[in-house]
Parts: sequence; structure tokens; C-alpha cells
Amino acid sequence: MQFIRKRLSSGWHTLFGDPVRAFGVVSVALLLALAIAPAKEHFSQWHSYQRHYLAMIHDRGDAVSLRRRFQPGIHQIWLPDLNVTDRCTTCHLGLNEASLADVTQQPFRKHPVVPHSLDGFGCVICHGGQGAATTVAEAHQSERAGEQPILPVRYIESGCGQCHQNALPGTPQLNLGRTMLARYGCVHCHTIARPDGTKLVATDHPPSLMHIADKTTSEWIFSWLKDPQAYAASTTMPDYKLSDTDASDISAYLVSSSTPQAGDTATRNTKSAAPADSSAGPSLYGESFCSSCHAVQNAAGNLVGGDVGPELTRIGNKVKPEWLAAWLDNPRTYDATTPMPHYRFTPQQVATLVEYLQSKSDSDYGSGVHPNLATSVQIAHGRKLIVELGCAACHGINGVQKPENFAPELSTIGSKPLAQIVFLPGMEPSLPGYIGAKIRQPRAFGTSVKMPQFTLTPAQTDAMTTALLAQTNRARSMPDSLRVAATPDTNYQPAGHAGKLITELACFSCHRVNGRGGDMAPDLTWEGSAVQRQWLTEFLHNPNTLRPSLIRRMPRFNLSDSDNKELTDYILAVYESPSIDQDLAPSTARAAEIVEHGRQLFYSRYACQSCHIADIKTDKGYIGPTLTQVGSRLTAAWTYAWLRNPQAMRPGTTEPNQNISDDDAQALTAFLMSLRGPGGHGAKL
Amino acid sequence: MMSRLTERVMFRSAELGALLALAALAGCKHSGPPVTGLKAVAAGTTIVESSGGHQVGVIGTTLKDPLVVQVNNDQGTAVPGALVEFYGPAGVTFDPATILTDSSGQATTSVTLGTIAGHYQLSAITPGKSKPASLDVVETALGYQQRLGSILADKYCNRCHDPESSPERVSNYDNLEVKPHAFTDGTTLNKMSEADLTAIILHGGPALSRSALMPPYGNTLNASDVRALVAYIRAVADPQYEPAGTVYARR
Repeated sequence: MQFIRKRLSSGWHTLFGDPVRAFGVVSVALLLALAIAPAKEHFSQWHSYQRHYLAMIHDRGDAVSLRRRFQPGIHQIWLPDLNVTDRCTTCHLGLNEASLADVTQQPFRKHPVVPHSLDGFGCVICHGGQGAATTVAEAHQSERAGEQPILPVRYIESGCGQCHQNALPGTPQLNLGRTMLARYGCVHCHTIARPDGTKLVATDHPPSLMHIADKTTSEWIFSWLKDPQAYAASTTMPDYKLSDTDASDISAYLVSSSTPQAGDTATRNTKSAAPADSSAGPSLYGESFCSSCHAVQNAAGNLVGGDVGPELTRIGNKVKPEWLAAWLDNPRTYDATTPMPHYRFTPQQVATLVEYLQSKSDSDYGSGVHPNLATSVQIAHGRKLIVELGCAACHGINGVQKPENFAPELSTIGSKPLAQIVFLPGMEPSLPGYIGAKIRQPRAFGTSVKMPQFTLTPAQTDAMTTALLAQTNRARSMPDSLRVAATPDTNYQPAGHAGKLITELACFSCHRVNGRGGDMAPDLTWEGSAVQRQWLTEFLHNPNTLRPSLIRRMPRFNLSDSDNKELTDYILAVYESPSIDQDLAPSTARAAEIVEHGRQLFYSRYACQSCHIADIKTDKGYIGPTLTQVGSRLTAAWTYAWLRNPQAMRPGTTEPNQNISDDDAQALTAFLMSLRGPGGHGAKL
Repeated sequence: MMSRLTERVMFRSAELGALLALAALAGCKHSGPPVTGLKAVAAGTTIVESSGGHQVGVIGTTLKDPLVVQVNNDQGTAVPGALVEFYGPAGVTFDPATILTDSSGQATTSVTLGTIAGHYQLSAITPGKSKPASLDVVETALGYQQRLGSILADKYCNRCHDPESSPERVSNYDNLEVKPHAFTDGTTLNKMSEADLTAIILHGGPALSRSALMPPYGNTLNASDVRALVAYIRAVADPQYEPAGTVYARR
């Protein structure tokens, strides 16, 4: 004790023993204190990066101009409207320097070409991270204040999705993700609202199960529930990982609650009904272009065909023949909103197709499934499971209400604070990692999780994760002027008898009209201005293909003459373009020399034969429609308008706008109108 | 006499792949296999590519097809149970990075590309009996701009420029009198300047006294679309495109 006091007093004396010494010591202390601030800056991380940058550019040929543009100190992009305060450019000094394209050393790389400028949007809007931070760890990895660390580059398209609700050409992953959220039924259970409040709408068509017993057996339902992919590899129905008991109880409830519907099954009277033409099955299936919508697994195990309707590889295992006959006769009896057209098959055609489709079966599938007769206890348990698992969120089920908001809302999932997430061992501790794991293995998060197992490729999972990451709080606080709205389908519904026909034939499953419908076939919004009456009538009777290289084609419907006329009249009268006046078509005086001039333009100046066939003997191009009969198919007014600007007639068409002059377009129209098919080629008009 | 200033002209190659490859060779910044407990039960003398090289993917994503290599012995027969290690430039990850060849002598890994657009030289190395045998394959990563170009090429160009047909998209290549150049045809396209490629896209073949079967897209595509297409053509060129680089004058 005595010793310490002695040392202290001697130390005090050494430092402050006399006024001069005390003054010196205090001065030194003051100087040191004053040096702290500049020293801190000098030794800061960003300062060291700026020194490295200057050293890097020192030896470059363009050092002078690079150095002139370099500004020392902390840089900041401040955009109050977007809630952006980004100091990233303090260290990322070469982002805007075009000549640094060869630099691979970070943080000095040039930013790759993107549609927006850095100064207009900052960095964190797309990349995440903490814009205001000035150290690497804080800016890149920090999770403070519920913010997210830097987004891995494979999800970068989610940044675009915050403002762009429409499908951009440069963001295929985001577009796929959004399509999948709608198509895989996610939005039946989860609400996903866009920043403007509109909701993502499901585009799948989960069948109603209210009359399921008419269609199939409880054995099939059991096998299906146990493993949907085993029946149809391409199905979007997920696997609920049900036990045998649970699957059989659900199956029991569905069958017992199913009500028969008049016309759902056709009594097959072998005497009165036309007999099936066994040899005609495959060709009728082909002619009807069933494969445009339905896929079948071929011998090599590859799926061949479209994905609008269910896969038919094992259809014979599933449906009852009498139901199938009634369905093919008129699908709308069973399901009023099905995308399947009413083909108007003859009884013999129905019988032929039923026989052909029934032969598509797998004798191993569902073998050994012999459920006992269901007891009322099992049925009640089945109903309980259906309510718990939310089956009715997608399917119509008798006696079970469609649940509202069955699963958590995902409208702002992209801003979910990491502190609220329970990560599983081995899982990447980030928001994308969490969302990806939830999509891949939902049941790994606990036995009480109801979300089923989807079968998705890694690319599909990444795409869905990207689309979900775009659902951020920031997206909601963006100024309205920056939002690009989605273009959802309109609810256009044609009126009258023709409207009924269009619904029955399910035209909108493939064609688009006035913003509603599919994209498999041409948009028909202005078809009435484009085609000639006689051609349309004949085409509806017997659709011959216009593009020989396409595998998906218009099927043939057995339309009655009156229905055909009704439809033709409607299309010609209603689907007219306001910008095309048939009376103002180019001069009808198509002298031989004008036609000849048009022919020369067609073959030489505009080289249309690279994509089209005008003369079957010499031309080979088959990207665009064959034009050998275009003179009896299209109207002159449409042809002229199309030649002048194809994109104006049908946005997104691949035919380039060749900026054809008025005179040339007139001559080309004259030539094209002279092409009237094998019989009428070069015929006088 | 002409000028007292002697100009030293520096050509800078902006070829990322070359630098990356150099980086990989120098061993300064590459990703490679972690130490695993795998023990080779056999050894081969050569390593060859089975499939998965020369793919075009997108930065930061996993390539569509896995990289498959095969280890052979002196007689050219496949060696099962040989150790194969995969290496790549910084940012590339392999799953798995170290693996034993299967019963048919093949090692399969899925490759995730780095975040820089350009060419990635990957190596597969097997220890061998006396000295290690290695194989180099090159994969291409497209950035935003190049991929936009690839999407546009799919829509507007590949029907004629890609000779490969699929059931969904039949190629029109065989039907054309004057054959278009595939975008991978670096031998021809690398010699064309960006201005020439742009001109031919905007104004059609006749703009450069070439085939009129190539129509003009100047009224269909905008300037950034065309830049994206050119960037894509440069990215997939084989042999690789080496830009002349910026010429700087120095006193």
C-alpha cells in the first residue's frame, strides 16, 4: 500500500512536478487527442481502398483521366424518394469507369451494363446490404435493424421485380418464378399482393372433387394421394406425405361425399352406340391435336406434348370408361370452366378415343391397393384431415368450406427480418437460403408444417425464391411513378350465341382476344380485319395448317354449318381493327406490271422467301406462314397495313418491320393478293 | 523527325477469361476442393471430358448439365475408383469438388459459375500413378446484357443462325441459299467490328454487301437490344473473342 502510494506520488511529480513540465505534458496529451480523428480516418478501411485504387490506376494508360475523375473522401448517393443513402461508391470506385472493363479485382470492377444508372437508383435497391455503412463487414453482412445482407447474385432479378410487376424480357428467372407461383397453386393458400395492392391470381385449374366418384375409384385416389408423381411426373399436385391410413381415409371421404351429376357418365350400350374403330385411335388422337395440351411419356421416358391439360400416360388407370365417354362428348357437363374444348365428336369418335385412351395404362400402377369398405369413423377422419391440410383451398369438396388465408401471407416475405427466422442446422443462414429451403423441404421445418412437398428442379426453386424476394417493404414505399404495373388477363367475355360457342370451344385456352386468353396460338383481337369470309368458314370446318413446322396446331371441331356461320359472322363483325378500313384498301387496279414489280420486291429487295413460301417449287422458308394461298386468305387492307408495320398489328411478332414504303407495300400487296393457291395461282382478279 | 513525341501504345486486353485463367494458373485466387477423407482405390494416367464442357450459363447460377470427366489408364480403359479434384477461378463452386470415379470410370460434378461474365477455365485433376493428369474445360457465363442478347437471339435470330433443330423449333438454316453464320462461329464473326455487326443487324445483309436474306431489324429492335445482341455474339464466340482494347497514348 505504502509502496503504491509512493510510486504514484513520484509519477505525479515526474509529470507535473513544476509548471513548465506540467504545461508540456498537457500539450502533448492535447495534441494526441486532436490527432485521433484524422488518424481514425487515415486508418479507416475505405481510405485504404481509395489508396489501393490510386495505386492500381497509377500504371494504367488512362491514369490521368481516371485520376481526374477520382474524388477522395466518402461518396454518397442520396435519393430521398427511394429511401436510398448509399455510400458503396466510396470503395467501389470503378463502377462507372468504362475503361476498367478488364479489372477483376474487387472493389474496383466496372459495373456490368444494366438498364438503370447508378446515380438514379443507387445500389442497395437491387443488391441489398447496408448502403450507409462504410466498412465492408457492416455494409455487406450486417443484419442490423432488420435489414438484409447482400443478396447473392443469382437472385439479383428480384431487385427488378420490386418496381416491375410486368414480365420484362431481361428477367427470365423472375418471370418464371412469378408464373410458377400462380401455376403451382401457391396463391390458393398464400396471399401474395403486389405493391399496388392487386393480388397474384392462380392460373392453374385444380379440378372440383364434388363428383369425383363419377370419374374415378377410391383405389386410384388412394394411389394418387400417396404419390402424385408416380401417376403423372408432370403434375403440379404436391406430395402430402400421407400415411396409408390417412390416404385411404381421405379417399373414403371424397368418394362418400361425391354426388352424382346427370350426364357425368354415359351408359355405354354396345348395341346402339357406334362401335369403336380400334385402328383409328392413334390417328384420331393425333388429328384432334390432343397433344397440343396433353403430354404423354414416350418409350424413352420423355414427356411429349403440352402442359395445359393433365398428362395422359396412365389415363386408363384413372378414369372410368363411361365417365370418359361423357367427358369427351361434352366436358362442360362435368366441369363448366374447363379449358378443354367441346370437340363435338361423333359417337363413334368418342368410342374410338375412349378405347384408345383406356389402353394407356400401366398394369403395375396401383396394383395391390384394395381398401376395405370405409367405415363412418374413417370417413369422419378423412374429412378432418381434408380440413387440416386445406385441400379445399384448391379443390371444390362437398361439405368442406374453402378456407380463407389458409397459409401465411407472403406479400412482404422479401423483407422478413432474419431475427424472426428459425434456421435449421446446415441451412444457409440468409433469407434466400430460408425461402429456398422452405420451398424445397417444407416438412423439414417440423412435423406440424402442413405445406406439402413439391417436385421442383433447382432452377425452378431459385426462380420462385427470386419472385418471393421481390416482395419487399421497399417495393411498397416506392413512388408510384416508378411502378410498372402488371398486365393481368382481362375478364373479356364475348356476348350472345357466338360468345357461348367461343366458351364451348375454349378458344381462349390457346388464342388471346382483347387481353384474355392463352399464347399458344395467334392473338385474334383483330382477326376480323385480317381474313376473308370464305377462308375463315373453310378453316373453321377444316383447319389446314399455315405453318408446317409447328407441332401444336388448331384442332378440328365438328361444327354445324349454322354454328360455323355464327362464329364467322361474329369474328368478322366484332374483331375488327379500328385502324384498318377495308374500303380504303390499296388500289384494286392490280395491273400485271404492279404484280410483277411486287414479285421482284418480294424476292430481291425484301427477300421474304427467307422465311415464307410463296412458290412451293422454289421457296423453302418456313418460319412465317406459307403464302401460296394468301390471296384468298387475307384481306388486302390487312396485308398492306401488316407490311407497313407488323408490330402495330400484332405486338411482339417476330417479323421485322422493314420500313417498307407506301409504293412498295402496295406492289407487294398486289403480288400477295395474286397468290391464290394451286388452282388460282396468278388468276385474274 | 515526324514527331518528337514518341508514342508508346499500349494494347490492353479486356478479356476477362484470359485473366481469370492466368489467375487460376498462378494459383493465387482459385477455388478448389477442401480436404476430404476420400481415398483413391485406383489410379489412371489420363483424364478426358465426357460431357458438360463448353456450356453457356448465367453468372452465379448452376450450369444446366453437370461436368462429367472420365479417368482412363494407359490402354484407354476407364478406371473406377480414381480420385478426381475439380478446380476453378474464384467464385466457381463444384458440388462435389472431390470425388471418386464411379463404376464406369466417370466423375460427375455440378458447376456453379462465378459472378463475373466471361469465360471460366475449369480443371479436373487426377493424382495418377507417377504424375498427375489434368484436363481443362471452358464454360461461359453470361451477364445481364449478354443474356438479354441470348433471349433476343432466340426470338429473332436462331431460327436461321442456329443449324440445330428441335421438335419445338425447326431450324430454317438448311433452307437458305446463303448460309448464315452461327453465332458461335468466332473465326468469322470475331473479325467483324462492332460497328459492322451493328450495321448488319440494323440495316440487313445488303448494308455490308451480304445476303439480302438477312432482313433489317432497325425498326424492330432498339439500340440497347442491338448492343445486347452484339455482346451475346462476342460472349459465345468460339474461338474466344479478343477485343482490340482501348488504345492509350502516353508521353
